[in-house]
Amino acid sequence: MKNIRNFSIIAHIDHGKSTLADRLIQYTGMVNERNFKNQILDNMDIERERGITIKSQAICLPYQTRDGEEYILNLIDTPGHVDFSYEVSRSLASCEGVLLLIDAGQGVQAQTIANLYLAMENNLEIIPVINKIDLPTADVDRVNEQIDSELGLDPFGSLKCSAKEGIGIEEIFEAIVKRIPSPKGDPEGPLAALIFDAQYDPFRGTIIHCRVFDGTVKPGDFIRLMSNQATYKVEEVGRFLLAREKRDRISAGEVGYIFAGVKTVSDVHIGDTLTLDDRPCDKPLPGFKEFKPVVFSSIYPIAPEDYEDLAVALEKYKLNDAAFVYQKDSSIALGQGFRCGFLGLLHLEIVQERVEREYDLSIILSVPSVRYRFTLKDGSIIFVDNPAHYPDSLSIEKGEEPYIRAMLLFPERYLGSVMKLCMEKRGENSRLGYLGPGRVELSYEMPLADVIYDFYDRFKSVTQGYGSFDYEVLDYRESTLVLVDILVNGEKVDALSQIVHRDQARPRALRACERLKEEIPRQMFKIAIQGAIGGEIISRTTISPFRKDVTAKCYGGDITRKRKLLEKQKKGKKRMKTIGSVSIPQSAFLAVLKSDTDN
Amino acid sequence: MNSEKIPGLYIHIPFCLSKCLYCDFYSSTSISAVPDFLNGLFKEMEMYLNQFNPFDTVYIGGGTPSLLSSKQLENILIKARKNFDLISDAEITIEANPADLNRSFLESIREIGINRINIGVQSFDEKALNFLGRRHSVRQAFSSVEASRKAGFKNMGLDLIYGIPGQDMESWRDTLKQALVFSPEHLSCYQLTLEAKTPLGIRHRKGEFSVPVEALQLEYFTKTSELLEDAGYIHYEVSNFARGHEHTSRHNQKYWDHSPFLGLGPSAHSFQGNQRWWNRRSLDRYLAAVHEGKRPVEDTEILTMEQLRLEALYLGLRTKKGIALEDFKTRYHFDLFAEKKEILTKLVEEGLISIRGDQLVPTQSGFALADRLSLI
Ligand SMILES: Nc1nc2c(ncn2[C@@H]2O[C@H](COP(=O)(O)OP(=O)(O)O)[C@@H](O)[C@H]2O)c(=O)[nH]1
Ligand code: SF4
Ligand SMILES: [Mg+2]
Repeated sequence: MKNIRNFSIIAHIDHGKSTLADRLIQYTGMVNERNFKNQILDNMDIERERGITIKSQAICLPYQTRDGEEYILNLIDTPGHVDFSYEVSRSLASCEGVLLLIDAGQGVQAQTIANLYLAMENNLEIIPVINKIDLPTADVDRVNEQIDSELGLDPFGSLKCSAKEGIGIEEIFEAIVKRIPSPKGDPEGPLAALIFDAQYDPFRGTIIHCRVFDGTVKPGDFIRLMSNQATYKVEEVGRFLLAREKRDRISAGEVGYIFAGVKTVSDVHIGDTLTLDDRPCDKPLPGFKEFKPVVFSSIYPIAPEDYEDLAVALEKYKLNDAAFVYQKDSSIALGQGFRCGFLGLLHLEIVQERVEREYDLSIILSVPSVRYRFTLKDGSIIFVDNPAHYPDSLSIEKGEEPYIRAMLLFPERYLGSVMKLCMEKRGENSRLGYLGPGRVELSYEMPLADVIYDFYDRFKSVTQGYGSFDYEVLDYRESTLVLVDILVNGEKVDALSQIVHRDQARPRALRACERLKEEIPRQMFKIAIQGAIGGEIISRTTISPFRKDVTAKCYGGDITRKRKLLEKQKKGKKRMKTIGSVSIPQSAFLAVLKSDTDN
Repeated sequence: MNSEKIPGLYIHIPFCLSKCLYCDFYSSTSISAVPDFLNGLFKEMEMYLNQFNPFDTVYIGGGTPSLLSSKQLENILIKARKNFDLISDAEITIEANPADLNRSFLESIREIGINRINIGVQSFDEKALNFLGRRHSVRQAFSSVEASRKAGFKNMGLDLIYGIPGQDMESWRDTLKQALVFSPEHLSCYQLTLEAKTPLGIRHRKGEFSVPVEALQLEYFTKTSELLEDAGYIHYEVSNFARGHEHTSRHNQKYWDHSPFLGLGPSAHSFQGNQRWWNRRSLDRYLAAVHEGKRPVEDTEILTMEQLRLEALYLGLRTKKGIALEDFKTRYHFDLFAEKKEILTKLVEEGLISIRGDQLVPTQSGFALADRLSLI
């Protein structure tokens, strides 16, 4: 155990986390130069494109120190967005230390600080590493000053490297070995292992990624998941080299994987504690939270005949995303579809992109909603996460909406604008604390609906990217709710309906109309877009029609050329949904909920 | 499936003395190559021996067919008659540039059987002609039209262009009124379209001038239609007007209703059954092929039923006659009325189309949206 180190790299986006990970892997000589594929850890297309890690990954690096001793270094990669902050915290809980990577040109940035706090919460050893020293704009002295003044860390301990050029890599390895503590734990004790990730393998079922704190697990053991008491027989254990490497056991201090015939990733919960069925540990490891979807939206195929394909796609997708939940649903305007639950709007967009890309389907998502609670006059209580199921307003005794506690960390200079934003979002019961010179922690209780609406984008924008944000769901609180419908040429489009607080109805309806006006292309006739509460119209816009688009000459060769042009337009139209003769593009549905800061 | 439709013959004369600034048709200014071209053309004719039914139209277009001598044109018709059946009262059209038309030339081509002339007047406004880079003057336009009449052309069409930068509604109206003085049997009024790679297209992209916005385009379109209909013309296709049904262009009709047609000469397109093919767009490559004894075809496409349907829709909706629903169903296996009922009803309500018995007909506002209408 004394020759094991478990660590993570944390950094602001683009400061070089993936590049450094690649360099570390390359240095150990596990991969030969020829088949080295850059950014091995970020292996999903979407992750590469968006530049954020969505799933955590782990890899085990064998390393021999300068004085000849052999070490096993486990590098655990972390996701990078608030929707996945829980996964980040579980990954970090599996480590003893982190490399805090800072771009030598850009210096300390928003996520540098946000990540530092996460690492501190987990009591990790922090090694600041200044990357990109090869850049002409690199200013190592300035970054060292920031490490001292803004991060409160000792700049004398910082390392310098260029992940791109491969400079300073050995020093990083030496520091990991010397400065990050070796894991503690008792290999003979009762098993306690933290699940920090789970992925689906089409041949073997779920592969559980875990960090063993105490005890040992080996094939043939019966393991128990402490959150739900489910038991499984272990088939295989091992660790992550570039490919999986089977081992006869994994023990205290180690990071590895387990196959135990678990069918889908939804059967295991990240953050859960794994123990032995016949010799359980007394209590689970701290910090477990159950996944709960907080944002709901319906997915429909644009072409009704794609419904079966969509069903298959979601079933397959779900195998690898425990946080995604769904069930059958149908809409008057959009036909058969599925009601789905997500961790947040980013999670929703990722699911949308992956389903479209990986299963080649064109889909529409209805306006996202949180889950409301209604007490009806007859005393019954119902939960409504789909505006289409909004109860008859005369039957409602009381409406309630979910509240969260938002935790906001940011430099003090933004305090005024952040407070203003929180009040606008109906924030209450604020608490303010100072974390260090110039840095504040502000917490607010806010309706979740307002947070998913556009809070995150606006918070990032008012703090110029220096703020970090996390939240936990608190409880339900009474609220005056109304249902805002959108009518397109007089026809209600149920997928565009939203449940909102009475005071926000008018501005939201107006915004929705304006957004739709931007998104819906002009057509052959006038389109009226209206927002309504019940029978009362509260906002309206119109899209004027095309008047002339016919082209002049048309004979001989132009027939083919012209047809090709029309075919292209027709294809574009196929990706729109026709509702009451009006073609509505996919983008319109989500645009209704998007903030101005997005464009 | 086109068995009941009579085919048309198109001959592309790929020469112009100079290139107009908006033109993207294929033509070359090396007129010394005319004899070589004619030899090649005659070889190409032989390659289609008996491939089409008797033709009832011949259209000699280009380019500038009026650059050829009457003797050369006569040879073309002789060879055409030798290789193909032309029915006795076939419509034989020539496209002409006003600068090339004098009385004796016109009389000679009348004599060899050309019975319809389409003159590329484009405008009776000198400024507009200059902008377009036409090589003729307004005076030549006048005299060519008069000479055609004197030479005995009883079926004369004029091509005009509107939406030219610098032009306004007033001057366009003047051009139209001037055209009406000659009582042409046929008028084609095209909106100037700027193709990307033409000199005007490039200058437009650079922002050197602007073209009418949509509302003004519509006004040109509507005013043109009103003015010509008041003068007794039938607006029988988006860009075409005829002084009586007997004067509609028989040849152009073939493009609009999927009749077969054979196109000869570089860049010419042909259509038969569900196939369309087009010739090489270069005189040299065209000649190389025919001298090797090969058809000078650049490419062929076989249209799917869905593609045929889309074409039939957008071509049909460009005509006043519109689309015969029963016929459409038989030819394209699609019951428009049943399958598109909802949107058709909406379009009728909006006044863009009307349905009269079996005919689906675009209205005047529908005409202006014919392309978009076909996307239903
Ligand atoms: N010049 C220079 N560029 C680097 C270095 N490390 C990373 N980069 C570049 O910085 C960008 C972001 O790197 P990446 O590893 O994807 O950052 P991540 O978002 O933290 O994973 C990429 O274009 C890298 O090529 C370095 O040491 N020097
Ligand atoms: S005369 Fe006709 S074919 Fe020749 S350049 Fe002008 S527009 Fe083009
Ligand atoms: Mg990355």
